[in-house]
Amino acid sequence: MTKLTYIAHDGTRFDVEAENGSTVMENAIRNAVPGIEAECGGACACATCHVYVDEAWMPAVGEPEAMEEDMLDFAYEVRPNSRLSCQIKVRDELDGLVVTVPERQG
Amino acid sequence: MSDITRTDVVIVGAGPVALFAVFELGLFDMRCHLIDILDRPGGQCAELYPEKPIYDIPGYPVIGAQELIDRLLEQISPFKPGFSFNRMVTSLERLEDGGFRLATDEDEIFEAKVVVIAAGGGSFQPKRPPIPGIEAYEAKSVRYAVRRMEELRGHDVVIVGGGDSALDWTLNLQPVARRVTLVHRRPDFRAAPDTVNKMLALRDAGALDLVVGQVSALEGESGELRSIVVKGADVDTSVPCTRLLPFFGLTMKLGPVAEWGLDLHENQIPVDTEKFQTSEPGIFAIGDINWYPGKLKLILSGFHEAALMAQAAKHVVSPKERIVFQYTTSSTSLHKKLGVPD
Repeated sequence: MTKLTYIAHDGTRFDVEAENGSTVMENAIRNAVPGIEAECGGACACATCHVYVDEAWMPAVGEPEAMEEDMLDFAYEVRPNSRLSCQIKVRDELDGLVVTVPERQG
Repeated sequence: MSDITRTDVVIVGAGPVALFAVFELGLFDMRCHLIDILDRPGGQCAELYPEKPIYDIPGYPVIGAQELIDRLLEQISPFKPGFSFNRMVTSLERLEDGGFRLATDEDEIFEAKVVVIAAGGGSFQPKRPPIPGIEAYEAKSVRYAVRRMEELRGHDVVIVGGGDSALDWTLNLQPVARRVTLVHRRPDFRAAPDTVNKMLALRDAGALDLVVGQVSALEGESGELRSIVVKGADVDTSVPCTRLLPFFGLTMKLGPVAEWGLDLHENQIPVDTEKFQTSEPGIFAIGDINWYPGKLKLILSGFHEAALMAQAAKHVVSPKERIVFQYTTSSTSLHKKLGVPD
């Protein structure tokens, strides 16, 4: 199991155990992290599972692909560390990953 | 008043469950007309994830969403359903004879004995961009679609987005508006490369402006926009703007369905699990839009709902006829309806 930490917009921390191969979005929904809507269910077809990846984790998480970058156009307050959480797969290298939920989804 | 289209069943929506309903209703000789806000059949399968695989359609270990829609269209083709696209059903009322009258936003009228709401997550509508305070300007200065280009003549038009809609309108409105400014959060565009090149050429010629960044604030009063602030990587830019056209994709909203006098349960329509009928007799709801204990939003559940609904709908359309349950495998009368050779 891989440890993930979500920080909700109000600062509340959610420490969860995630299975490798699942997505960061799926674990947010499973653990009822507020602010992750995932309207399209993980098809990279909306921008409502937007998160900010903790700066220290950006190299490990990597860059979004073109399709995700296109979808991020629809998100609110996109920053260089913005990602759609449905496109981040949990794996060993991400053990300890911290992501922050934005104020609102697009 | 326009002509009235009369049919047995009007289906609101044209997604996979709506399409399969045509098949089940067709087996009982009910003619169907489908009305959908999108420009083609398929609903979310066609609009959100046409190339994505689906793994839980019985009999198909894997099938692409668009392929499923194409197969359903083939399957229902013997029943020759009517389709009206780019239309939103705006009103639904009961007639004195027990049937229903529906009107669309294009002022068309449909009359049917049965209405099936298979509208999925509701109607696809332009997404309101996440710009603080935009609601206050929506009545006058913000447009989510361009009906007539003339109404933008002489305006300082700001278009936001990087897809085809944003780029197409940038090119179309450039000769009409006083000034067109395109705002996009990054220098790359999703739109067709040819359109992007034309836009860049106009920018280089000084005929329009391109600002890279995100709209962070709106300035104006009494609902009339004066300018917007674009937050860039380093600096904030103020751009004159009297008409704002944001193209942020589509989202699903329940829409006018909420005003048809049906009971609702958290934006879904409660139905019974025998007939999938709503609180109004003769109006059924199937697929993602309905709710009952244990409801799963699966395409395959919607197919089952369509089959049971069709039995109940037949009682409404032909109250005196006895319903005989038959299998498509062996029934010669069903074979005839499906066009199966003897």
